[in-house]
Amino acid sequence: MFPSRIWREMPQRYRLEAAVCKKCGKRYYPPRLVCAECGGRQFDTYVLPEEGKLLTFTVIRTPASQFSDLAPYAMGIIKFDDGLQMMGQIADCDIDKLKIGQKMRLEFRKIQTDDTHGVLSYAYKFIPKWY
Amino acid sequence: MVGIVGYGAMIPRHRIKVEEIAKVWGADAPSYKKGLMLWQKSVPTPDVDTITLSVEATKNAIKRAQINPKDIGAVYVGSESHPYAVKPSGTTVAEAIGAVPDCHCADFEFACKAGSEAMFVCLGLVKSGYMKYALAVGGDTSQGAPGDALEYSASAGAAAFIMGKTNLIAEALETYSFMTDTPDFWRREHEFYPQHGGRFTGEPAYFRTVTGAAMGIMNKAKMKPKDFKYVIFHQPNGKFPLRVGKMLGFTKKQIEPGWLTPRLGNTYSGSSPLGLTSTLDISKPGDMILMISYGSGAGSDAFVWRVTDRIKEARDLAVHTTTLLDKNQIFVDYGTYAKYRHKILKNK
Ligand SMILES: [Zn+2]
Repeated sequence: MFPSRIWREMPQRYRLEAAVCKKCGKRYYPPRLVCAECGGRQFDTYVLPEEGKLLTFTVIRTPASQFSDLAPYAMGIIKFDDGLQMMGQIADCDIDKLKIGQKMRLEFRKIQTDDTHGVLSYAYKFIPKWY
Repeated sequence: MVGIVGYGAMIPRHRIKVEEIAKVWGADAPSYKKGLMLWQKSVPTPDVDTITLSVEATKNAIKRAQINPKDIGAVYVGSESHPYAVKPSGTTVAEAIGAVPDCHCADFEFACKAGSEAMFVCLGLVKSGYMKYALAVGGDTSQGAPGDALEYSASAGAAAFIMGKTNLIAEALETYSFMTDTPDFWRREHEFYPQHGGRFTGEPAYFRTVTGAAMGIMNKAKMKPKDFKYVIFHQPNGKFPLRVGKMLGFTKKQIEPGWLTPRLGNTYSGSSPLGLTSTLDISKPGDMILMISYGSGAGSDAFVWRVTDRIKEARDLAVHTTTLLDKNQIFVDYGTYAKYRHKILKNK
């Protein structure tokens, strides 16, 4: 990933900042520039909770080369209490024991290393809730 | 009075047993376990590094401190495994917790005492009135060379402390540092694995420095071993902290709550700081705690902590260290460990 893109997406990727439309109250993650409901361009920032429920998932067995050390792994979509959804990798789990509806905790992880020389990118992954 | 407003820990879930490593190198597992007094160590997955461990430990510290991260005036991460050679780990930690941009940031290095160094400096900055809160993290994802004795112990984990002046969980009553040039362990630029001086790492290095720091701070504070409820020493293996404790006149009971290495391994910069978190988790108001770190090269930072009433409400605001350590462990074989730690050479 380009350093400029990593930098631009830090608020949402590092701090889980979502947007809520000032005009109609519609929530967005990732945040957007224009509200799809009302066309509003002004948003307030709010922070997503650290837990959600697993809505669906799939198992990746033949990943892109930069993720090969982690294969096989699951990609999932989780739903937060306020209805927002987020896609991400599910880590530290037995992929055969994942269940739709189970509680997930968000944990800060390294996402890509860009070989041995590029900028490291970080974001949240999902971990089955265990404490 | 200055001290700890919030503390937090993070330990990866994966573990490897001494038997699994010994099997590969044809070594005798029982003698390693007895010699090191250690039976397993934590293993970071490829998506875990000093930065991710530091962020998670810091989030736990913020939960206990119940402060606005914007009020944190300094972010110092101490480690010997900073992911970048040039670019501080603290920049990502500060960005992730939302302490930017009104924030001073630097990475600390001093082998295994980089974390306590950061704690030492944070206490000073808060005490001087320079800032309201300062964050110190000690964390590592250390590597021992394949087959080397260090491979059995080098592990991963981090502990974070937010220092401040009000709402303290533990007051810092005294600090002291003991430091000399003692080349017992080092890693030169561009080298992947560290070198060490074998048995030289014991007597003239660890034992001389840790006892020097312990006696120095007890003299300064006019205290004796029996005045402390608990003591935490740096723990490169399970044996050294017990032996140095005995030399100084401490009992195993005083050491035990912070003695994590037998089931965690040596988390380097996270070692004595993590021991302090697990000790705080079980301590009571008024308890006196002595903490002595050790960093090869060589030096020790010493602290006398007095636990306050606030521990009762603060300890359960975040996950306890022994929960992270003892629950939900995932055991890996040597092949998986070698892949996770990038010990296998692949085609680009
Ligand atoms: Zn709208």
